[in-house]
Amino acid sequence: MKLIFEMGAPGRGSELLPVCKTPYKSQKVAFRKKTLRLPEVSETELSRHYTELAKQTHGVNDGFYPLGSCTMKYNPKVNEEAAALPGFTQIHPLQDSSDVQGCLTVLSEMEKALCEITGMDACTLQPAAGAHGEFTGLLLMKAYHVSRGDIARKKIIVPDSAHGTNPASAAMAGFDVVNIASNEDGCVDLEALKRAVGEDTAGLMLTNPNTVGLFDPNIAEITRIVHEAGGLCYYDGANLNAIMGITRPGDMGFDVMHLNLHKTFSTPHGGGGPGSGPVACKEFLAEFLPGLRVISAKNRSGKGQMVSGKSGCKEDPAIRCENEVRGFRDELRMDEVLEECRASGAIGDVRSFCGNFLVIVRAYAYILTLGREGIPEAATGAVLNANYMMHGLKPYYRMAYDRTCMHEFVVTLEQEKHDRNVSALDIAKALLDHGIHPPTMYFPLIVHEALMIEPTETESRETLDAAIQIFAEVLKQSEEKPEEMHQYPQATPIGRPDEVSAARKPVVRYEF
Amino acid sequence: MGSYIPTAKSERMEMLETMGMQSFDDLYADIPEELRCREGLKLPAGLSEMEVLRKMTAISEKNTRYSHIFRGAGAYYHYIPSIVKQVTSKEEFVTAYTPYQAEISQGILQSIFEYQTMICELTGMDVSNASVYDGATAAAEAVAMCRDRRRGTVVVSGSVDPKILSVVKTYCFGSGAPLIVLPEKDGKTDLRAWEKMDKKEVACLLIQSPNYFGLIEDGEAIAEAVHAAGAKLIASCNPISLALLETPGEYGADIAVGEGQPLGLPMGFGGPYLGFMASTKDLMRKLPGRIVGQTTDAAGNRAFVLTLQAREQHIRREKASSNICSNEALCAMTASVYLAAMGSRGLSNVAESCMANAHALLSELEEIGFVRKYEDEFFHEVVTICPCDAEVLSKELAKRGYLSGLPLGGREMLWCATEMNSAEEILALREEIKRILSCCDLSEKNERTGDCASREGEVMA
Repeated sequence: MKLIFEMGAPGRGSELLPVCKTPYKSQKVAFRKKTLRLPEVSETELSRHYTELAKQTHGVNDGFYPLGSCTMKYNPKVNEEAAALPGFTQIHPLQDSSDVQGCLTVLSEMEKALCEITGMDACTLQPAAGAHGEFTGLLLMKAYHVSRGDIARKKIIVPDSAHGTNPASAAMAGFDVVNIASNEDGCVDLEALKRAVGEDTAGLMLTNPNTVGLFDPNIAEITRIVHEAGGLCYYDGANLNAIMGITRPGDMGFDVMHLNLHKTFSTPHGGGGPGSGPVACKEFLAEFLPGLRVISAKNRSGKGQMVSGKSGCKEDPAIRCENEVRGFRDELRMDEVLEECRASGAIGDVRSFCGNFLVIVRAYAYILTLGREGIPEAATGAVLNANYMMHGLKPYYRMAYDRTCMHEFVVTLEQEKHDRNVSALDIAKALLDHGIHPPTMYFPLIVHEALMIEPTETESRETLDAAIQIFAEVLKQSEEKPEEMHQYPQATPIGRPDEVSAARKPVVRYEF
Repeated sequence: MGSYIPTAKSERMEMLETMGMQSFDDLYADIPEELRCREGLKLPAGLSEMEVLRKMTAISEKNTRYSHIFRGAGAYYHYIPSIVKQVTSKEEFVTAYTPYQAEISQGILQSIFEYQTMICELTGMDVSNASVYDGATAAAEAVAMCRDRRRGTVVVSGSVDPKILSVVKTYCFGSGAPLIVLPEKDGKTDLRAWEKMDKKEVACLLIQSPNYFGLIEDGEAIAEAVHAAGAKLIASCNPISLALLETPGEYGADIAVGEGQPLGLPMGFGGPYLGFMASTKDLMRKLPGRIVGQTTDAAGNRAFVLTLQAREQHIRREKASSNICSNEALCAMTASVYLAAMGSRGLSNVAESCMANAHALLSELEEIGFVRKYEDEFFHEVVTICPCDAEVLSKELAKRGYLSGLPLGGREMLWCATEMNSAEEILALREEIKRILSCCDLSEKNERTGDCASREGEVMA
């Protein structure tokens, strides 16, 4: 189809604004010399262009999306409506605290809810995505060690099954990454961990359930080993959907973690963002949390020390946030006055303002909807659907780890690749022709020819049954005509793209 | 109430039985009993959809919505065309993941490719990525692109938005990069101070233009000085201003970054926003995040894919150029729909209106005793010294439905005008301020100001 730059004609466009009658003129201003070449299209053309693009996009609403590790659950519509309320969208982030009591209420209630769900004591909503949260959490760990003069702790231990963001975040936070091999169950090898920890250990990053979809039963022992060596434990919350309301990272012994509101808490992925990656931590790390914290005015300690933070991020003397009475309330107290302050040892800011606020609004609406019963019910539903699908696929596909899984499981096509040169990629691409978004491919790295399947709780039994059938048919097809498998998909807007030449000779913008 | 699970509980029990399990607890056999959250979460019970919406509406109504906004400082009040909201609400776009599977993601991929092109056009740079979190993180990521073993020191101009500086500082705490703030002089980057610095290990200078105080920096002179020292220039810029002002590409910046919020995104109490990043071709392989490239499929059709992935965390892990994974794709699409709806003429008109209205605002304020703090040319923001305490003035204006400029401490205020502020509105603001100044004791913060509104009524009667 055409690019927007290949449509329209000079002079086309909509009259959206009155024309400026008295442009400011000055000899001293350096104006742009090159003509700005933006599209010149009518509203009809523009509207149809994006409708056409939408037709060439597969979202959760278009069909099954079992993309492992991404938790592609249904995005409830009421959340969208809440986030579009003008009382949220039309608020300037630098309005006085007294003008934004509603926004501060959302932030404050979200912090409390997330602390309760994770078993942590304090929370920042500033990070804009999961990886951003990891970076933030690692900086808390760094600030903690530095504050104790424990500056030799430079190593972060990461299992080889970890998400790629874990080592990348550790490197950005200035740590050296120590990879440890997983045991044959795909879990942490306790002996390897014991050998890896020492006086240079800053901490461990772990997701549990891990990336092969298994809950590590030794988790308490793992966090104990790291703590005994003087390190801290970071929980990668990407897989929280399996266990929310069932068990809590704080209770497993983790000190700090992030959550992905765009995975676990149903906010839409938007084709790759915006997300939101709040960081929750134990009390002893709270003083390092970035950004402005919301507190109840009555809990303010020492009036003169309040940092409004609104006029920028000057090096004001910050106060220590007194923790308010924790716990999410049934009834919102509309009379409570909330204020913003900065924690005493704050690492600064990881983003402007209070994070992806309108994403946080959506997640808050979701938590209000589910409540205390709905949250564990969603988790259980996700684990049930994963196990049901795993059970249904077992007669056809080889499971990387054949035991009760959590919210996702991994199949391996190593044998098929070896026997008849049918790869995980071939299976994934063939699924496209059946209206299914393929599972995550080639991850985790410890499983060869991996397909990682996460159905989520918002899929019906019929959808799972139909998907099992399709997966089985595709595999059968690969047995009968293996050479044909490299030609799929065929029913999609384009066939397999040539990625090699895309990277070798990059064309990354339209040339007029 | 409920958890959006489609199947009834009885069906779920049947599914369990299919697998030979008796209870939902069997699913969690791997979790040690002492770690189970048996007493349940201390959260309220779930609500029905109607209750949720009522509650959210009630909370949103606790906020004050201003109809007259003269505040910017990093978040700007602009007109958002109707089509922008409609297009970006399409469920396909809203509910899709990162376009890893190109065959069923051409819509998202092409939209990002178009976005990249528009950002290149705006900034005058060669290559754009698919977006990062916001303008401040874009600046921090750009700083990381410039550093190497030999040159690791980061210099930030003192005229950069303090929020950007704060984020850059935090990222530098992570990487261990030494950071120097070059003090501003008369509200602009101080090139003399730059000349005096030892620059052997300096990787880059980060400037902002128009800067935090609204002033237009001398891009060409700065670029020349920075390159003469063997360092790189990062320019943080307001995308609307680029329709009118010399682009970072034209004055020689190596990386252009900025906050994309003015391009069709609501203020939304700070997010989600959009960090845009564009660089010269030389730095392409150091850009963080997603980049979409054009290629063909086997049949020769034009196709778009995520490309240059060897830079990224899922391939390179600890050696990646950044850890970024989720970006702000839907916000980038919002910006492209906005730019396409506006077109070149429309965007230039927005920029001209902003600049003209801000200058009109300043002359009205000057007539009633406000003094410009800095004399240089500005785009749509300007710092004035008010005839009274800026905080007090701000509070008085708030009572009258005006969100004033941002008080910067003492009598200084950072004002902003956009295409939303009509000449009539600016005159009305002037009259309000005149009334406030005439009836209130605003020489310093004091209790009496609280009575201003009522006393004003007397005066007017």
